Amino acid sequence: MKALVPVKRVVDFNVKVRVKADQTGVDLANVKMSMNPFDEIAVEEAVRLKEAGTVSEIIAVSIGPEKAQDQIRQALAMGADRGILVKTEMDAESLAVAKILKAIAEEEKPDLVILGKQAIDDDRNQTGQMLAALLGWPQGTFASEVKKDGDKLLVTREIDGGLQTVSLSLPAIVTTDLRLNEPRYASLPNIMKAKKKPLDVKTAEDYGVDLTPRLEVLKVSEPPKRSAGIKVASVEELVEKLKNEAGVL
Amino acid sequence: MAILVIADHDNSSLSDATGKVVTAAAKLGGDIDVLIAGKGANGVADEAAKISGVRKVLLADDGALEKQLAEPMAALIADLAKDYDAVLAPASTSGKNFMPRVAALLDVMQISEIVAIESNDTFVRPIYAGNAIATVKSADAKKIITVRPTAFNAAELGGAANVETITPPALPNISEFVAEELTVSSRPELQSAKIVISGGRALGSSENFEKYIYPVADKLGAAIGASRAAVDAGYVPNDFQVGQTGKVVAPELYIAIGISGAIQHLAGMKDSKVIVAINKDEDAPIFSVADYGLVADLFTALPELENAL
Repeated sequence: MKALVPVKRVVDFNVKVRVKADQTGVDLANVKMSMNPFDEIAVEEAVRLKEAGTVSEIIAVSIGPEKAQDQIRQALAMGADRGILVKTEMDAESLAVAKILKAIAEEEKPDLVILGKQAIDDDRNQTGQMLAALLGWPQGTFASEVKKDGDKLLVTREIDGGLQTVSLSLPAIVTTDLRLNEPRYASLPNIMKAKKKPLDVKTAEDYGVDLTPRLEVLKVSEPPKRSAGIKVASVEELVEKLKNEAGVL
Repeated sequence: MAILVIADHDNSSLSDATGKVVTAAAKLGGDIDVLIAGKGANGVADEAAKISGVRKVLLADDGALEKQLAEPMAALIADLAKDYDAVLAPASTSGKNFMPRVAALLDVMQISEIVAIESNDTFVRPIYAGNAIATVKSADAKKIITVRPTAFNAAELGGAANVETITPPALPNISEFVAEELTVSSRPELQSAKIVISGGRALGSSENFEKYIYPVADKLGAAIGASRAAVDAGYVPNDFQVGQTGKVVAPELYIAIGISGAIQHLAGMKDSKVIVAINKDEDAPIFSVADYGLVADLFTALPELENAL
């Protein structure tokens, strides 16, 4: 099986983002950027499937700025075989990203596309599902376990009530949840080797996809602040306050 | 404006989220229909018919819709969407699964997990785990929206809409339900509970959750939640997780026990009305959002709390 793994360059999850004073967005100047954590889990899963002999080739794709090459190189260092960077200067929306990925999938003919369930910048949680719709493929979202079962893929999903397992025809789309695996750190020799792995650079126009945004961001503001309340000295005082002051007991 | 609300249900009862999404739909203004897609869900359709402000309930009863898998759900909803200007669903794991698929089938950019509605094309949604709030205007003719239920009050009951049975179009057969493992609990559901008590890594084991958290939860009639660290450590199942990637809750009272308060956790509970934190580390970030903080060892404080209630 061939696997395609899209990875997104996002603000590192440890960075506390600040909203710009003019409310046009968050301040990304001199902020550490990393691979979206859910995408790291996706790369790791593909690599594990390759190590288990289920997957034969892994292609890492990123749609973003020139610098998104760093995230592709990280995927290559973790064990992906080659990369494709689709360069865009604007922040492509999920639907446009799904359309580019569809074009790549039609070219590369993977049996499996594994994506992170959401990017931690825009928190939209939709690219995988959209790609599945555009390709007419089945989807196993929020996966906590992925297993090949004959010509099907068994995906265990984290749902509101617990866990659900679905069986998907291949080719299929999987989106990762937190507990699917723990991504490895790339070793230095693998980081060196990754520098020599092939990386194609393309543009959205190469795939004939229109990136005009459908959603216009009118403003980005600070969330309402919640201020710290008081410290109580004992459980007794806590219960008294909750009963008589807050009125919630 | 004609609006379709996709109900969240398990074929036997309607989740609270549906009434909340109807409230959101009412803010858009227009005729609101509710879709019940499932198998043997007539009772659920009757329940939905009682939500005030609903024009009619559409009931699609089909074996292929029993588990609301994304592929048949999206095919059904995309077909129905021809007659609507907006389609709304709760941002539950089910809505998050099928709605983007609907959006792509209709060539629409979904507006995910909205928390407020400014006009019929402008919506407010959190980004960066709630550390920023974006106001976005959609240029798409049709609006495909998921709604964060905790941000809206449930619509009143008192309606008497008609239930209309519809025949689904041909549904894709590319995925199949195999099994599910649902957490069985007599406690209230996490996202609709008035009181939530959550435990963190400091609990140390699933036995300690049972010994210290559960009795207090039972005294309070509270639902039980957990931090990601506690779930990752296997103390409680995944569906207990409160946070950016778990469940977003906004109860009257949220009690955080032994939770340090990573931003990802705060994103899931900071809209609670009253927040209590009990933690032995007085510098824990959780205290910066808590209305009442108690610096104490949870293993002594929780039994005291149980006795004091």
